Amino acid sequence: MKVIIPSALRSYTERAEIEASGATLAAVVAELDRRYPGMRFRMINEQGRIRPHIRFFVDGEQLFDLALPLGAARELIIVQALSGG
Amino acid sequence: MPSEPERSAAPTPRALLLIVATRKGAWLYRGDAARDNWRVDGPHFLGQIINHLVLDPRDGRTMLAAAKTGHLGPTIFRSTDLGQSWKEAARPPAFAKASDGAVGPSVDHTFWLTPGHAAQPGVWYAGTSPQGLFRSADGGDTWAPVPGFNDDPRYQRWMGSVQDGTPDGPKLHSIIVDPRDAAHLYVAMSSGGVHESLDGGASFSALIDGLEVVEGFDAADATFHDPHCVRLCPSQPDRLYQQNHCGIYRLDRPERKWRNIGKSMPAAIGDVGFPIVIHPRDADSAWVFPMDGTSVWPRTSPGGRPAVYATHDAGATWQRLAGGLPDSQAWWTVKRQAMTGDRRDPVGLYFGTSSGEVWMSRDEGRQWSCVARHLPEIYAVEVAELP
Repeated sequence: MKVIIPSALRSYTERAEIEASGATLAAVVAELDRRYPGMRFRMINEQGRIRPHIRFFVDGEQLFDLALPLGAARELIIVQALSGG
Repeated sequence: MPSEPERSAAPTPRALLLIVATRKGAWLYRGDAARDNWRVDGPHFLGQIINHLVLDPRDGRTMLAAAKTGHLGPTIFRSTDLGQSWKEAARPPAFAKASDGAVGPSVDHTFWLTPGHAAQPGVWYAGTSPQGLFRSADGGDTWAPVPGFNDDPRYQRWMGSVQDGTPDGPKLHSIIVDPRDAAHLYVAMSSGGVHESLDGGASFSALIDGLEVVEGFDAADATFHDPHCVRLCPSQPDRLYQQNHCGIYRLDRPERKWRNIGKSMPAAIGDVGFPIVIHPRDADSAWVFPMDGTSVWPRTSPGGRPAVYATHDAGATWQRLAGGLPDSQAWWTVKRQAMTGDRRDPVGLYFGTSSGEVWMSRDEGRQWSCVARHLPEIYAVEVAELP
């Protein structure tokens, strides 16, 4: 599927859009981390929880469960909810 | 025991590196041997929160940066070429994953970095928010929790919850390695008190006797202790100084009871602050930067008149040092990692302000000049002699 990378994470991918695959969101993120080491920990903490300012949208729908099957999803958008000043 | 200043140990003047970590990136200032001219190198990590940036004195070229942004999780950046290039740590500090169903802690940010003992090249320690102690044995590339601290149920109780900590999160800081013994460690927690290990971190014991806590709370319970900054005397490693939420203290080992040396500060200034700096060769000399801890705790310079206070008699008396600093309407303060000293004779002192200015003194605090301004809020300042 197509994965849209937010600007804060493009230091890892060096691209705004990449292709990745996986049966679940966790599997897609694991593949991203294999290809771009360190990227997962910036989005998912050591207890397996999505960090407060990171959002995942699969085909337009926000996902909160990393284990949910993705089926034939076509697009994952990773969003950084901007914070601070 | 009275100290014997070691005046002969001042290094031959070389170039200096002033390392400034801020809320929005880091800046390096390369100073000439006379400490007169400073050439800026930066920003590094623009936009990232850098809580601490430290040069390894054992090799003079490895640097570690504790980084986080408002959007992403924490990490450590490493440089092995004195800040010319940076690479992310392969495994940054992270707590062990909790067993199924349990709620485990998560590192919000690394707050403090300490290089290990001179005889253990590659060893580093990190303190995090919420409070956790981590160790690296490979120059900061991979980190592991120190279970003797993080998993001790007493410590988990003393750390309290995020609500018990400082405004931007409870912190583990002031990690000190005894220069005579790599297995002898001190750490401090805001909140959670000061603690000591004699076995390289396998176990710790509280070192809080003599320290005051906020009125109405039990001083025997480490939970209520808030050490802001603890430093060991380089010239007399059995002596520690501490700037605490509730006063200034000195401890002479093997004693276990801290002595309050803040009562001799002027009453109008008080004995509250974040940093404390120790003279590299005179264990009776130290410097603090007081802040307003009255009423709602503005945490600004008292009266809008910033000043450093120095003692040269181990805390019996304190002298105001404000030459060159603004004499009115300056409402900044200095955070706990943001004040340091070099090893020259006379000692150079440096501090970074909450308003983004870097100040230095070439004469042990008598006269100050501004080295840099218009930076983001400064979190940490370190200075090192370059090889």
